[in-house]
Amino acid sequence: MKHLTRAMLVVSALALAACSQSERFDNDVALGGTAGADGAVVPGSANDPTSPLYFQSAVGDRVLFAVDQSTLSDEARATLNAQAQWLMTNSDYTAVIEGHADEQGTREYNLALGARRANAAREYLITQGVAASRLKTVTYGKERPIEICSTESCYAKNRRAVTVLAAGAIS
Amino acid sequence: MTKLLIRLLSILAAAATLAAAPLLAQDGPLRIEITEGVIEPLPFAVPDFVPENGASAEMAAQITRVVSDDLTGTGLFREIPQNAHIARVTSFSSPVQYADWKAINAQALITGAVGVTGDRVNVKFRLYDVFSGQEMGDGLQFSGTTAGWRRMAHKVADAVYSRITGEGPYFDSRVVYVSETGPKNDRRKRLAIMDYDGANVQYLTDSSSIVLAPRFSPTGDRVLYTSYETGFPKIYVLDVASVGRRTLNTPEGTMSFAPRFHPDGQTVVYSLTQGGNTDIFSLDINSGQSTRLTQAPSIETAPSFSPDGSQIVFESDRSGTQQLYIMPVGGGEPTRISFGQGRYGTPVWSPRGDLIAFTKQSKGRFHIGVMRTDGSEERLLTASFLDEGPTWAPNGRVIMFTRETQGEQGSASLYSVDISGRNLKRVRTEGAASDPSWSPLQD
Repeated sequence: MKHLTRAMLVVSALALAACSQSERFDNDVALGGTAGADGAVVPGSANDPTSPLYFQSAVGDRVLFAVDQSTLSDEARATLNAQAQWLMTNSDYTAVIEGHADEQGTREYNLALGARRANAAREYLITQGVAASRLKTVTYGKERPIEICSTESCYAKNRRAVTVLAAGAIS
Repeated sequence: MTKLLIRLLSILAAAATLAAAPLLAQDGPLRIEITEGVIEPLPFAVPDFVPENGASAEMAAQITRVVSDDLTGTGLFREIPQNAHIARVTSFSSPVQYADWKAINAQALITGAVGVTGDRVNVKFRLYDVFSGQEMGDGLQFSGTTAGWRRMAHKVADAVYSRITGEGPYFDSRVVYVSETGPKNDRRKRLAIMDYDGANVQYLTDSSSIVLAPRFSPTGDRVLYTSYETGFPKIYVLDVASVGRRTLNTPEGTMSFAPRFHPDGQTVVYSLTQGGNTDIFSLDINSGQSTRLTQAPSIETAPSFSPDGSQIVFESDRSGTQQLYIMPVGGGEPTRISFGQGRYGTPVWSPRGDLIAFTKQSKGRFHIGVMRTDGSEERLLTASFLDEGPTWAPNGRVIMFTRETQGEQGSASLYSVDISGRNLKRVRTEGAASDPSWSPLQD
């Protein structure tokens, strides 16, 4: 349910961002960016709604998948809706969506599975209005886990598609 | 056929069929005990090869050790320690004192001589069936550079192994693999090549980008592999001698991986991912022309040719889970061959053509297994938290694979096992290692 909370935060943060600065930014998801002494937004920090740090922490840069699946959950769709909003507002950025698998699979199959996951996220962002030319995908299979234990608590976080921003046109 | 050969053949036949019943015991000291599939290795003696001059003494002893290690490493042979020997072999041409070798129950005797001249080494050997009191085959000699002395030892052991078992040789071969360092969430990978027994390691790439699953060409001169050099998985071909590499011509905006050579050495079959869907393509190395072989919304990957080059075995999840299929070399309707419980992947056709090795996932465990090419006689050889990616020894009797341990400190090693499931053991490598590919026998 943590992700649902995050999705709600995203919505409120986006609403706030539209009128003033995001002073009630949630510390739990902040990645180290801080507000200035007078509460002003520090450009590039996690409370600057146009920053990649904000995208990572407040919007949510990743969606998770069930075992051996690449279908998007409701939670994943909510995160991707917010990603699409952000990408359309911040049109200078392009993105590479990385697809990953947990370690419970053979190397080649997991590469193909990671590609499916990255593509599912990309297709969804496109249906939400993001230009296809701004989105690339790459699969890492099981090569780049973020959690290293060999239990479902770690596997669940490793089965992911992560939207990684880059400034400027896609190469 | 000598008695010794017949005995060894029956050992192998028993191993291949996993016979649990004991073989008919023979009279006297030649008894071979087989209890519940455990096979008594054949005892042999190998006195230090005789140095032909002062410069040869050290290398003669080293070569003898490697010959012995090759044979005992198969699990089919057991060396009788030199300190138990009664006869002393001080000349390669002296007659064999059979009684002395019988007395210590050596069933096979290997004698040899080593001559070093400058940077050249010459190795001779003879093989004797002690209880028949006769030589098995003719003496042979090999010569090469002193730097390549281990290969001379492997060639001697290969000849002994082949004469006694009737199987093809495999010791004079190499393995290309991925050398791994660093923690699980920041693994560094680079290509490495070594002798089949772990000696003579050489690194072929640096670890600046992820490299995966190297595969030897049919003559062992080149290696196909997947690298993230561009940020995206792409197939490269590397020349083993020069270590020069180039990317293969795969379509723009796609990802490609799981390459393997056709037995002709000119065609490569691989997986290509476009729009999230992975299919199998073949590529002519010379023209750079790719041809689509499968067209399905499911995952098609891990293709491997039959040794005659006419068919491709691959994995697909078109049925809902990973299973093995065979199709003609030019594509066309595939036939499913795996029907057991669980998921099947990474099929590899044996160089003998008779079996397909695979990775199986079932009930949270991973297995290396083999089946006939029609899917019958499935046999699981291993079980662990994570075994995957089998590769065949040149003679099709032994399989090497990756075993990864569980948990936060988990790391990968290479293991080998014979096709009866016997003689499972870790292959010596410098540090962690994965994705082995066994070379053909060297020239």
